[in-house]
Amino acid sequence: MRRIISMLMENEPGALSRVVGLFSQRGYNIETLNVAATDDPTLSRLTLTTVGDDKQIEQITKHLNKLVDVVKLVDLTEGAHIERDLMLIKVRAQGALRDEVKRTTDIFRGQIVDVGPNVYTIQLTGTSDKLDSFVAAMSEVDILEVVRSGVAGISRGEKILSL
Amino acid sequence: MELLSGGEMIARALEDEGVEYIFGYPGGAVLHIYDALFKDCKVPHVLVRHEQAATHAADGYARATGKPGVVLVTSGPGATNAITGIATAYMDSIPMVVLSGQVQSHLIGEDAFQETDMVGISRPIVKHSFMVKRAQDIPSTIKKAFYIASTGRPGPVVIDIPKDVTRPDEVFEYHYPQSVKMRSYSPAQRGHTGQIKKAARLLLSARRPVIYAGGGVVQGDGSELLTRLARELDFPVTNTLMGLGAYPATDRRFLGMLGMHGFYEANMAMHHSDVILAVGARFDDRVTNTVSKFCPSAKIIHIDVDPASISKTVAADIPIVGPVCAVLEEMLNQLQQLRERDSSLPDEAALQRWWKQIDEWRAQHGLWTGTRYTQGEHIMPQQVIESLYRVTGGDAYVTSDVGQHQMFAAQYYRFDKPRRWINSGGLGTMGFGLPAAMGVKLAFPDMDVACVTGEGSIQMNIQELSTCTQYNTPVKIINLRNNYLGMVKQWQDMQYEGRYAMSTYEDSLPDFVKLVEAYGHVGMQVRKLEELDATMERAFAMKDKLVFLDIFVDPMEHVYPMHVAPNGSMKDMWLSKNERT
Ligand SMILES: Cc1ncc(C[n+]2csc(CCOP(=O)(O)OP(=O)(O)O)c2C)c(N)n1
Repeated sequence: MRRIISMLMENEPGALSRVVGLFSQRGYNIETLNVAATDDPTLSRLTLTTVGDDKQIEQITKHLNKLVDVVKLVDLTEGAHIERDLMLIKVRAQGALRDEVKRTTDIFRGQIVDVGPNVYTIQLTGTSDKLDSFVAAMSEVDILEVVRSGVAGISRGEKILSL
Repeated sequence: MELLSGGEMIARALEDEGVEYIFGYPGGAVLHIYDALFKDCKVPHVLVRHEQAATHAADGYARATGKPGVVLVTSGPGATNAITGIATAYMDSIPMVVLSGQVQSHLIGEDAFQETDMVGISRPIVKHSFMVKRAQDIPSTIKKAFYIASTGRPGPVVIDIPKDVTRPDEVFEYHYPQSVKMRSYSPAQRGHTGQIKKAARLLLSARRPVIYAGGGVVQGDGSELLTRLARELDFPVTNTLMGLGAYPATDRRFLGMLGMHGFYEANMAMHHSDVILAVGARFDDRVTNTVSKFCPSAKIIHIDVDPASISKTVAADIPIVGPVCAVLEEMLNQLQQLRERDSSLPDEAALQRWWKQIDEWRAQHGLWTGTRYTQGEHIMPQQVIESLYRVTGGDAYVTSDVGQHQMFAAQYYRFDKPRRWINSGGLGTMGFGLPAAMGVKLAFPDMDVACVTGEGSIQMNIQELSTCTQYNTPVKIINLRNNYLGMVKQWQDMQYEGRYAMSTYEDSLPDFVKLVEAYGHVGMQVRKLEELDATMERAFAMKDKLVFLDIFVDPMEHVYPMHVAPNGSMKDMWLSKNERT
């Protein structure tokens, strides 16, 4: 099963490498990874997605919790949550395809954020699935470059991850 | 407040932390620190002959005393040489603080002379690590390092220190913190009461119980409570290789070690048990044999201070996260309350039947109920350990290397006390024994310290004979001389039709007696059984001499029992070269 694990960690050098190192050391996979400082500059928020059965996920969260730099951790997929991935995608847009790309972008509620004589750069946010579908919908189009932020997530309602 | 340089702060902080010994080796990046130690530091420094030995000596010291071992090495090769010892300590959860020098801050990342990314290289084998950026941070970092190394599940902590941080011409106010609090690190202080109560109920309902105790009981100083619990319930106890001494071996409830080379009665009892109380043990693959066949009818209670150890390989029915002492104490209380309410628990008749069965297993194939080896023309390795046990009155600190000799020592020396058996169980590091023995002897100069070794292992850190001369650490080295890398040979006998690929030294072994004499020690050879006890006595009578006993043993002997693998269960064992369960 796909899980979204989100954590607060000390904003210290080496903290990220301990998290990433743990995954390679113990043979787990990271599918996406997103990390940035929070409103408190001493803390970073790291969100990653991984795939595993319940036993593996339990081990992963236990080992992450054991890392001295990890302050708090939550498996967002255990409850209602919001997840967002941001994609910037540059496609060749010429002739008739220019309209076609524009229409598909509108359907997906994306925005064209940069326009060139031959290319469009589109920005799209949503769940990873939505971004995947958009890429699939662009199958007729020449995709030049794709950049994704990786999933960032937060629990719904009152539930918060804080100190 | 006092003004100190970074180097001086390190010297002072180690004093303030109550450190008894620093094991280390100097080099460019740590010269400021060494100068500070030289000028003013009450903590003695032991100069080893190889940084790996510094880590093993600190490790041996830590295992014997329960206090963190302290290591100081230079950058680059000094740091990388320490890696094997750090990994050894990590695998066995031994508290250790390693200070490594680093090139000057402005050179980091430039492939400077003797630069290596120590924090990076050691990352997977440390509990935590620090890179100190400013001299002002030295006291708090050292305090944190000792705190992290010695609490929760202990482990090694590395502090990497760029040379400029220790420079003598910049001084700062020094204050060593009394305590630390870290928002991101708070090891469990006690177990969950509800879980402990559930566990106590299950224990009282058991008909075929076994207590399976590991190194966590030794490290967590839980032996006394564990012993009380086993005696009050009259339950059998088996210890892991790391747990030997956690329960007194000469007590009749002790079944011996379990696992790959465990006792028949211990492995049989585990396999047939209905309730297993695992304490500070981690269901290592050298214990369980094939996990899917592990103890099919047992409900498992697992106590461990590290939540990640629980249900890692074998699922626990009742997990309890907490320090061994706090949990066992509460468990004893719960058991007492439950038994006051219902005095028919546990089922005495069922326990009697269980003990009868265990005693039968013991009588059939137990290593201590009869002679299980066949005497030929040679001294048998088992007899050497029996002799060592007799001569030291069972009260020595015994370190070992890795191989057959290690298993014979674990099987035949009956450890009644914790912290007496000191070996590399998790990583299985040949070369551990002699430096570890040095560390133990420095901690307990009046005690007998024996290093049980083989010709292969001893040569991996034999240079430490020189350190033993310098610091007068008169340990006794017991070399079970079989002229092979014996454990490798055993596997080649059993799985490769006796093709001894690289497990012999041909005629290249040194004359060990002459070799140790060259270092100023005493060497003795033993070839005849009749001479064994007397020579052993003579060696141990030489209180202030390091004695190397080169004892020629049967080169063809194997260690038994041995789990049948692959696909075997706990009860599937070879009992001799041609007999299996
Ligand atoms: C550093 C290291 N290298 C290799 C091994 C693999 N190994 C395990 S036991 C063994 C043989 C040990 O021989 P010796 O020290 O003579 O002891 P014996 O088995 O003969 O008692 C070897 C090579 C190891 N455990 N550690």
